[in-house]
Amino acid sequence: MSSLDKETVRRIAYLSRINVSEEGLTELAGDLTRILDFVEELQEVDVEGCEPLTSVADLTLPLRKDEVTDGNIQQKVLSNAPMTDAGCFVVPKVVE
Amino acid sequence: MTYIIEGSTGPWEIVVGLEVHCQVVSNSKLFSGASTKFGNDANSNVSLVDAAMPGMLPVINAECVRQAVKTGLGLKAQINKESVFSRKNYFYADLPQGYQISQFDKPIVGKGTIILDMPDGTTKSVGIERLHLEQDAGKSMHDQDPKYSHIDLNRSGVALMEIVSDPDIRHPEEAGAYLTKLRAIVRYLGTCDGNMNEGSMRCDANVSVRRPGEPFGTRCEIKNVNSIRFVMQAIEIEAKRQVEVLESGGEIIQQTRLFDQRLGETRAMRSKEMAHDYRYFPDPDLLPLVFDDAFIAEIEKTLPELPDEKKARFINENGLSAYDAGVLVAEKEKADYYEIVAKGRDGKLAANWVITNLFGALNKAEVGIAESPVTAENLGKLIDLISNDTISGRIAKDVFEIMIETGGDPEKIVEEKGLKQITDTGAIETAIDEVIAANPDKVQEIRDGKDRMLGWFVGQVMKSTGGKANPGMVNKMLRDKILG
Repeated sequence: MSSLDKETVRRIAYLSRINVSEEGLTELAGDLTRILDFVEELQEVDVEGCEPLTSVADLTLPLRKDEVTDGNIQQKVLSNAPMTDAGCFVVPKVVE
Repeated sequence: MTYIIEGSTGPWEIVVGLEVHCQVVSNSKLFSGASTKFGNDANSNVSLVDAAMPGMLPVINAECVRQAVKTGLGLKAQINKESVFSRKNYFYADLPQGYQISQFDKPIVGKGTIILDMPDGTTKSVGIERLHLEQDAGKSMHDQDPKYSHIDLNRSGVALMEIVSDPDIRHPEEAGAYLTKLRAIVRYLGTCDGNMNEGSMRCDANVSVRRPGEPFGTRCEIKNVNSIRFVMQAIEIEAKRQVEVLESGGEIIQQTRLFDQRLGETRAMRSKEMAHDYRYFPDPDLLPLVFDDAFIAEIEKTLPELPDEKKARFINENGLSAYDAGVLVAEKEKADYYEIVAKGRDGKLAANWVITNLFGALNKAEVGIAESPVTAENLGKLIDLISNDTISGRIAKDVFEIMIETGGDPEKIVEEKGLKQITDTGAIETAIDEVIAANPDKVQEIRDGKDRMLGWFVGQVMKSTGGKANPGMVNKMLRDKILG
């Protein structure tokens, strides 16, 4: 049995920038623990000699030509921004 | 080379590994069709993919894949025919996706090697751990407004190759030599322009210290140092700091640090404290990248002669020393220039003129080889003028000075200034007779056995002919006249 404590959940929530209340943390810890238990159950399957699967489709990545086909849509790119200036997004100061 | 920090409790050795981000030379971005051009209006080279609008899907650029493979081949590295893109998750204002598409456990290029050419002419090999493809982030500007940061996403999504070395570096100068060599290789290959001051090549240094022979110590990562000289300085300063911490009974905490070149110190970056937990997972928007041997073979055909091979050829075929060959191949433009000068001429003589005279003059003027006022063709002609006795070596230096100033053709300069060597016996004889007639006492000294006075006479004759007399002829004729 694996079990996640509240502190670990708080950390994961912080890393994902999700605001979770104290009660929510306890609830989430229970949910996540049950998910991990389920994964643990899956671990019992013998996968000796099986290559890890990164995609369910038996396809590989299509490649595109190196051509400039997009861009020059500054107005469109900025249209949802709450604040802009001189063609830039403007955000609360982030600096060391 | 050994580099030891003598602490108060004994000697310490440094262990360094470098992570270098090289911006891939391509027209469009790694996963979108927006331009990679530098210096355009803010957010004009941005597609909705780069701005991470919902529902946008990445499609990989074939050229970026080829450039990564080409670089891998240049590093004599293992090419992985199957590789996987993963998401590296972190939040920052200039990373609109909230993750960087990178490669984690299956990079496109595996283990390789770089041979360092040290300033003393020796070599050392440093292992390459891997090379992987990833997206660049946007650019944050913090100095436009006291309360806000400005974000430009033009760089967001441009392809980077992250090249990770093994922790084989033991000297700040080796770190410098590593970066110099890596830059030369990517420039020869044309896969990255290698300009550190424009940010198209950026370096993070992992630094730790240990007692010689003991296991590795805890390392700190110094982020984004933007010149080779600063990387060397940052390593020196960080290693000294770690020794001081350890010797005063402290412990090194693994952390990301910033190098402040103005204050000459490194300091911890607070914002990165939680950032090491990137929660990588395979990007569900991207299938595995797979190619075959034919794809690699096609790229292999386009490989140019690389610095190591060129250096060996200069040593073996042109008879140059390892040091001179190393200086010439350090930049492709320098090697190309030298090859034009050396073609059909004495390789060593050509190397002397290029390294001593030309590079000397360019360094003094603080210009690069591309801005050289003297073309390789003209420097070649100058060497021909010496070889066929049109001018003496001494006059050649004067002609070279004029070439540096005016960029002129040496044949014309010699013609116009009347600098042709005098090989006409009659003219030389007249000059000799005049000097002898004016200095009977000195002639007597020579006849009395003071042989070295002969040199003085040669000098006088050269002076009276404006340096144009053939020194060999002057010497012989003087000897014949005075002693003969």
